[in-house]
Amino acid sequence: MTTALIGQPISRVDGRRKVTGAATYVAEFQAPGLVHGAIVRSTVANGRIASIDSSAAQQAPGVIAVLTHQNAPKLAYRAHKGAPDPGIGERLHVLQADRVSHQGQPVALVIAEGLEQAVHAAMLVRVTYAPEAAITDIARAEPVPLTPPSETRRGDPDGALAAAEVKLGQTYVIPRENHNPIEMHATIASWDGDSLTLWDKTQWVHNVADEIAAVFGIPARNVRVISPFVGGAFGSALRTWPHVTLAALGARVAGRPVKIMLSRREMYYGTGFRPHTVQRVALGASRDGRLGAILHNGDQETSTYEEFTEALLNATGFLHSCPNVNTRHRLAPMNVHTPTYMRGPGEASGIFAIESAMDELAVALNIDPVELRLRNEPEQDEFRQLPFSSRSTRECYQAAAERFGWSRRNSEPRSMRDGRQLIGWGMATATYGAGRAPASAMARLLPDGTAEVASAASDMGPGTWTSMTQVAAETLGLPIERVRFTLGDTRLPRAPVHGGSITMASVGSAVQAACRKAREDALARGGGTNDVTEAMRRIGQPVEASVDSTPGDESQRFSMHAFGAVFVEVAVDPDLGETRVRRIVGAYGAGRIVNPKLARSQCVGGMIGGIGMALMEHSVVDGRNGRVSNANFAEYAVPVHADAPPVMDVIFVEEHDPHVNPLGVKGVGEIAMVGVAPAITNAIFHATGKRIRELPVTPDKLL
Amino acid sequence: MHPFTLDRPRDLAAALALRAQAGRNDAPAEYIAGGTDMVQLLQEYVRQPERLVSLAGLLDNRIEIGPQGLRLGVAATMAEVAADPAVVEQFPLISEALLNSASPQVRNQATMGGNLLQRTRCPYFRDVGYAACNKRAPGSGCAAIGGENRWHAVLGTSDDCIATNPSDLAVALVALDAAVEIRGAGGSRSLPLVDFHRLPAATPHIETVLEPGEVIAAITVPASSAARRSHYLKVRDRASFEFAVVSAAVALEMDGARIRQARIALGGVGTKPWRVPRVEAALAGASLEPQSLRQAAALAAENAHGRGHNDFKIELMQRAIVRAVEIAGARA
Ligand SMILES: Cc1cc2nc3c(=O)[nH]c(=O)nc-3n(C[C@H](O)[C@H](O)[C@H](O)COP(=O)(O)OP(=O)(O)OC[C@H]3O[C@@H](n4cnc5c(N)ncnc54)[C@H](O)[C@@H]3O)c2cc1C
Ligand code: SF4
Repeated sequence: MTTALIGQPISRVDGRRKVTGAATYVAEFQAPGLVHGAIVRSTVANGRIASIDSSAAQQAPGVIAVLTHQNAPKLAYRAHKGAPDPGIGERLHVLQADRVSHQGQPVALVIAEGLEQAVHAAMLVRVTYAPEAAITDIARAEPVPLTPPSETRRGDPDGALAAAEVKLGQTYVIPRENHNPIEMHATIASWDGDSLTLWDKTQWVHNVADEIAAVFGIPARNVRVISPFVGGAFGSALRTWPHVTLAALGARVAGRPVKIMLSRREMYYGTGFRPHTVQRVALGASRDGRLGAILHNGDQETSTYEEFTEALLNATGFLHSCPNVNTRHRLAPMNVHTPTYMRGPGEASGIFAIESAMDELAVALNIDPVELRLRNEPEQDEFRQLPFSSRSTRECYQAAAERFGWSRRNSEPRSMRDGRQLIGWGMATATYGAGRAPASAMARLLPDGTAEVASAASDMGPGTWTSMTQVAAETLGLPIERVRFTLGDTRLPRAPVHGGSITMASVGSAVQAACRKAREDALARGGGTNDVTEAMRRIGQPVEASVDSTPGDESQRFSMHAFGAVFVEVAVDPDLGETRVRRIVGAYGAGRIVNPKLARSQCVGGMIGGIGMALMEHSVVDGRNGRVSNANFAEYAVPVHADAPPVMDVIFVEEHDPHVNPLGVKGVGEIAMVGVAPAITNAIFHATGKRIRELPVTPDKLL
Repeated sequence: MHPFTLDRPRDLAAALALRAQAGRNDAPAEYIAGGTDMVQLLQEYVRQPERLVSLAGLLDNRIEIGPQGLRLGVAATMAEVAADPAVVEQFPLISEALLNSASPQVRNQATMGGNLLQRTRCPYFRDVGYAACNKRAPGSGCAAIGGENRWHAVLGTSDDCIATNPSDLAVALVALDAAVEIRGAGGSRSLPLVDFHRLPAATPHIETVLEPGEVIAAITVPASSAARRSHYLKVRDRASFEFAVVSAAVALEMDGARIRQARIALGGVGTKPWRVPRVEAALAGASLEPQSLRQAAALAAENAHGRGHNDFKIELMQRAIVRAVEIAGARA
């Protein structure tokens, strides 16, 4: 009999291992003869390496090799692009030429017996540069269209804006932000002849294998990648970064396994970041609050060698009903390394602009912000002209508003106080795409009534280990403790990238299908019993099923997204400018919730991430030379416990989506981050009467 | 880290003979106490001493309160001092400043001496990827001037350095007229803490009056009724675990509803812990009316000099003074 496990608030199956230290993270793996790599990084943003003197480093104690562009083996760098790689441009090649295109670019690699020996020898490498003029400040960069240009238009946006009864136009700025997971990126590389084993912090083991195979010109089957635990990533481990190549390169030259672990400072140069965006939004509306025109332009930083783009403006096309819409997305190529996806990529930034502008419109019209959104609730995706597979915005507004007590809100700014503090209430809408990608899974029932289930997925924190075990156990009809799910190894069936909130939809569907098949096979061969444990006892040998699960054409027929609403209460000290978030209520229509406990944790994490985005996170780039001046955990502020509000309420509204995927799930990882920042800045406006359009809202902006 | 020799002398005399010197990047030997700042500086190659002299076990860690006031052995940790019942009762300003510093883990490890001698948080000082930093490499220039200087000082700056002193404890102690007992091979001397740190002027690499071989052995704080009626106010970008954007330490002696004497020091704005005597003078005899507090606080801005990103601190520090005086004044 099947036991209902999907939908249960089951605790993490790997929780005990994590809190007792038994979970092995990448940098903790041991390989016989392991030696260490340290990277020398450029200190100019553009130019050529004029000279490298590594003689002192060569002679330093413990040093095995010093690799530079002058002596490093030439690498194949065959074409390869995985899903997280920008479609246009060519990835950074390491130690292949004298060209430097950004600060912190690897210019040498030292391999030494001990970590300290490697780090010290790296400091002894003397590099001089022939610097060239660099563009490191988006204000001085020249934005250009994407390849191909990304401009959308429906109706007559300019005409409608000109004719609108009420209009506004503002610029919204989000600075560069870094992911800052607690675990630094690390790789261990070990060669055996032409075969390579990599232990790597990654959200996608198969893509690491494909990328490194392409870089070294070897078959992907020769590369095994192991990554069982990921200590947070938020997108930083989607791509295969240059240090992975360097570890493999170092190991090949040294003839020994090599470990490279980035320092916190290196994380700001060696992995990606959420790009600095400058967005311009103009809205036109009738006096009764119907949107007549939306014009939304976004410029975003990227590197000189790749066009990184995210779905910055996509939601603008379908979030609110509007007949006349224009979006235009451009890129500002700069002397920086390539940005990458960071939690809620695209939407988190784009919706900050749109939902701030909507709040400004609500103020201009003197209409309640929720009411304004309800008046512009679309019946279908007006951009793609498709029905939504499901859309529960109304339910979200209602559930969250009720829990929050929104009806008691006085719309007047500065109308609420608590002692000296100004209190403000604000809200915003959230959305994120519900995607699905092909995935494979294997389920093996054993005669002892246990099962092994596997897919090469990843768990950067949301709880893949647990939720897949739940899906597997329920589908197999076994108690959860009899099912062992494994992930994070290229020897397991291929899974898609663990990002974009697609893991449950993709891997979960594959796990479900594999388990269903294994169970059916077992029951068919089990001599008439309907009890899978009994059937397996009778069969007496393993029953295995492998399934490749692929999405159908549903994404062509439906517009598929999760939606939500975020309500926030802030307290602002009017004299000192400090803002603290006191309450957040988020309601989400995210399809079926496989594990409400994990999903709630995801959403709470997203809310806290949103507090960081709104109030403190900012990679401060020195415009003179492109170095990140606060590339450390003291001056780059992320929220700490004291910043997490005492009340964080998460509501999942009932939503049955028969179209989106077999499990009916949409994922909550990304949407949890979306809408939080504008809800906070809207609340700050309500508290203070000050509209802050440039994040983060630090005390100086409110004086 | 740059390779170094670690000395663990048997007694203080042996340690002093090694002529280590804190607060100077060109010193070939330096002390290490709790290591919470020193290890970071070593790891980032900001400090590359040939020799480290451990002070572990060599200095007094007692916390003593008598009629004269408070005496803190410098080896006492931030956590011990913050939680000491007598400190909490009679010198709450010190406890508040400490509890608003760092994190419990750091406070368990960090010592009083190390706190007063921790190096600036100027990000250019701490990133050797920048060549220009007069404090780290004398004569190399100052990357903060003309750079990202939201973190930097507006008081006591020079054209060679605008870095703040980051210690919260020092701000509270300076407000309370604390003194430091300095011990060297040649004997002991005592000095008001306010004279201990030097202004950067043209020599920002020399941060204190310590001579080679000298250590701080103790901190003394005179008894006063003002010490109880006090408040440490710290403004920052997040609620905890961050250095001050601006801070104000205020201790008041009241005469009914009027201020008899105010002692005020500022953090996050000065190149050293910054006492504001003119503000204090203006507050003597004043009421707690916002108007008079505001007027007095404005005197803190005399000679303040912003560099762009940190201009807001000039206004914010005045507001911090007003708020801290109001809170202290409202205390019983
Ligand atoms: C994450 C983090 C956050 C922090 N936040 C704050 C904060 O908010 N506010 C704040 O005030 N501080 C903060 N600090 C700084 C912290 O208070 C100092 O690192 C600590 O007090 C240093 O003490 P220590 O014993 O570890 O000194 P060490 O690191 O061992 O030494 C620091 C310096 O003092 C010298 N030294 C130590 N003892 C003596 C002595 N007796 N005589 C002469 N020289 C001596 C050493 O030579 C060295 O130069 C923070 C630190 C960290 C790591
Ligand atoms: S402000 Fe001082 S510490 Fe900072 S870069 Fe300038 S000289 Fe160095």
